[in-house]
Amino acid sequence: MGLSEEQADLLDAAERFCREKSPAQKVRKLLEDEQGFDPGLWDEIASLGWLAIAIPEEYGGLGLSLAEIAPVMEQMGRFLLASPFAAATLGSQAILKGGTQEQKKAILSKTAQGAVATLALAEPHGGWTVDAFETRATRDGDGFVLSGVKRFVADAMSAQWIVVAAQLDDGPALFVLEASAIEPAAFRREIIIDETKRTYELSLDRVRVPGNGLLDPAKARETLAHIHLAANLLAAAEMAGGARAVIDYTIDYLNTRKQFGKPIGAYQALKHPTVDAYVQYEQARSHVYAAAHSFNQQGAGEVAVRMAKAAAETALSYAADRAIQFHGGFGFTYECDAGLYRRRALWHASQYGDAAWQRKKLAELLL
Amino acid sequence: MGKVDQQELAEFAQEADVWFQENTPGDPGFMLPLSFLEVGSDQQFDFLRRWQRKVYEAGYLGAAWPAEYGGGGLEPEFQKAATEAMRRHRAPIMLNAIGLNWAGPLLLDMGAEEDKTKYLKNILSAEDIWCQGFSEPDNGSDLGNAQLKAVRDGDDYVLNGSKIWTTLGNYAKYMILLARTNLDAPNKYAGLSFFLAPMCVDGVETRPIRKISGEYGFTQTFFTDARIPADCLMGEEGQGWLIAMRTLEYERAVRGGQAGGYIMTPIDVASVIDLAKEMKRDGAPAIEDPVVRDRLVEFLIEGQALRLCDARGRIAPLVQDRPMALALSMKLMWSEFARRLTAFAVTLTGAHGGYYVGDPNAPARGLWTRSYLNSFAATIGGGTSEIQRNIIAEHVLGLPKG
Repeated sequence: MGLSEEQADLLDAAERFCREKSPAQKVRKLLEDEQGFDPGLWDEIASLGWLAIAIPEEYGGLGLSLAEIAPVMEQMGRFLLASPFAAATLGSQAILKGGTQEQKKAILSKTAQGAVATLALAEPHGGWTVDAFETRATRDGDGFVLSGVKRFVADAMSAQWIVVAAQLDDGPALFVLEASAIEPAAFRREIIIDETKRTYELSLDRVRVPGNGLLDPAKARETLAHIHLAANLLAAAEMAGGARAVIDYTIDYLNTRKQFGKPIGAYQALKHPTVDAYVQYEQARSHVYAAAHSFNQQGAGEVAVRMAKAAAETALSYAADRAIQFHGGFGFTYECDAGLYRRRALWHASQYGDAAWQRKKLAELLL
Repeated sequence: MGKVDQQELAEFAQEADVWFQENTPGDPGFMLPLSFLEVGSDQQFDFLRRWQRKVYEAGYLGAAWPAEYGGGGLEPEFQKAATEAMRRHRAPIMLNAIGLNWAGPLLLDMGAEEDKTKYLKNILSAEDIWCQGFSEPDNGSDLGNAQLKAVRDGDDYVLNGSKIWTTLGNYAKYMILLARTNLDAPNKYAGLSFFLAPMCVDGVETRPIRKISGEYGFTQTFFTDARIPADCLMGEEGQGWLIAMRTLEYERAVRGGQAGGYIMTPIDVASVIDLAKEMKRDGAPAIEDPVVRDRLVEFLIEGQALRLCDARGRIAPLVQDRPMALALSMKLMWSEFARRLTAFAVTLTGAHGGYYVGDPNAPARGLWTRSYLNSFAATIGGGTSEIQRNIIAEHVLGLPKG
């Protein structure tokens, strides 16, 4: 476990930025927004260089890694800052890990500046395994034709590129498409539990991809595995930040709400579970920073990331669940922010494998 | 703190490793205590006392205490390396826990010069065993309400009352004692004073208490007109609560400065995984049962979190918001983890979980059941888990007092 100087600086900068730019009323306002985020804020994030963090210098990035993304993601999670940051990071990672030299040059220099490449992985079968797809790619002259349905495509309407996973011949393959090459009617905005996020169903009905849209076929499996772990690391960081926030939010209420003549936080029935939630949060946060630190280590990285995802989901679920309960009648309303965090945990449990599934994978690795 | 010579440290660690390799005793033919709370027979006591003395004389205990008081005068990293070697070779525990880890660092921190000279070396060598007189039969979690009386009479204090859960009470030469010297103080805390009290005086009687495990290990201690010299008072009258709270910070390892070594054999998940491989369930190894696997992974995740929290506590930017949070949470985390882990281990032994220490068929000589029963020592002693939660709630999270 360790923390680089860059991680420490980014943690500090991200906390200040997110606190200032994502106050609760703005989070609430964006829930109603079609695009789901503030484009001006996205430009600011780009100008801070945060989209260039994990992109190598030769492609116009800062040459750092996902380890430095983690503190930024954590603070975005803490302040529920809405943006395509996670989607864009994962899309860039797919191109970086699995793209051809030509694709990296053409795309990464732009994603480092704020253009978004997003992933289209999930399918109607709803499984979390990441190397078999029902979407088919067939060869068609110099190019390919894609057919199938993709779900939970994050921020697709804000993306310039879409990275699609499909079965080609007898193995998985990744393709990068210009989003503009797909007709708008192919996208349907999905109604999802975390209203701070935007995802779309994408119906690929004989969509043509030029030959240079195929990512390096030899790296497809490795890239899919990398994205899977990266997505779980980002989710874990975002949830650890969320756990911190919902606990602080609850502490405020426990200190101000009075019943029977004293603040309700004086009652151990509320105080002790709040401590339990806090201890779980501290443990999850340790896992997140350890996973960020060891992400690139073969084997150890996967164990650390899966532990972090399981721990962070468990911590946020419990903290937000208790937060709802401890806010009483108000906790049951749409106005109480505890609900936003509980929905966040439900969302991340649904994507890339929930805590129990991560533990199952860990059992295969460790027992 | 001086700069550590890395080469010197590496050599020291290597020597310690060899020493523990060669000197860690084999099976003595009787069950050794897994913690200092479980020393229940003279046989165990004599064995562990000799072992501690040997480790100290080899330079692997108190290595970071000042040389003028019998320590090694080295940087803390050296003792850490020695403790690691001890752990690696699964050496027996250090016996004189209260002296080494609570009274010792307290004396170094707040003690008078003559007390340091008088007591510290004999703590390290296990010549003088120490015990702690804080809890009373009627005042446990509410420690500030301690009622044992200490009345000044000439050059003595006269003690009357009783202390309980006195670990090693029947072997101890000295007790760190919290007593009431002033009945008219403005509040209950201000009437307390702290003593370094000799146990071998008339009017002090210890009565062994049998634990839930069936073993012995602590006593109730009765004081009946027991006279101790007035210079046993530490600090001044009325400072007892302050000094006791500082002592608890050492006990809960919120503060460093302990002599080193370990006083409880760590229970690790790896040994429970080994148990799951040995034990059968429905004819197959228990480790193949999906429910068992899920629980084991949960424990692995939590055990790893505890180690990571310990490491993260030393990374300032990752603890700056609530700097005391991790330190004040560790005791709660570890003790509750150990309790749940040992309870789970017992379930893995299936029908044989019905056997207990002493039966030839008991799995691992009954170690797991005994460990579970003894795990409550840590969730209750040193401030119960409920008191720990109050402390975290009030001192870390800023919630109101009840």
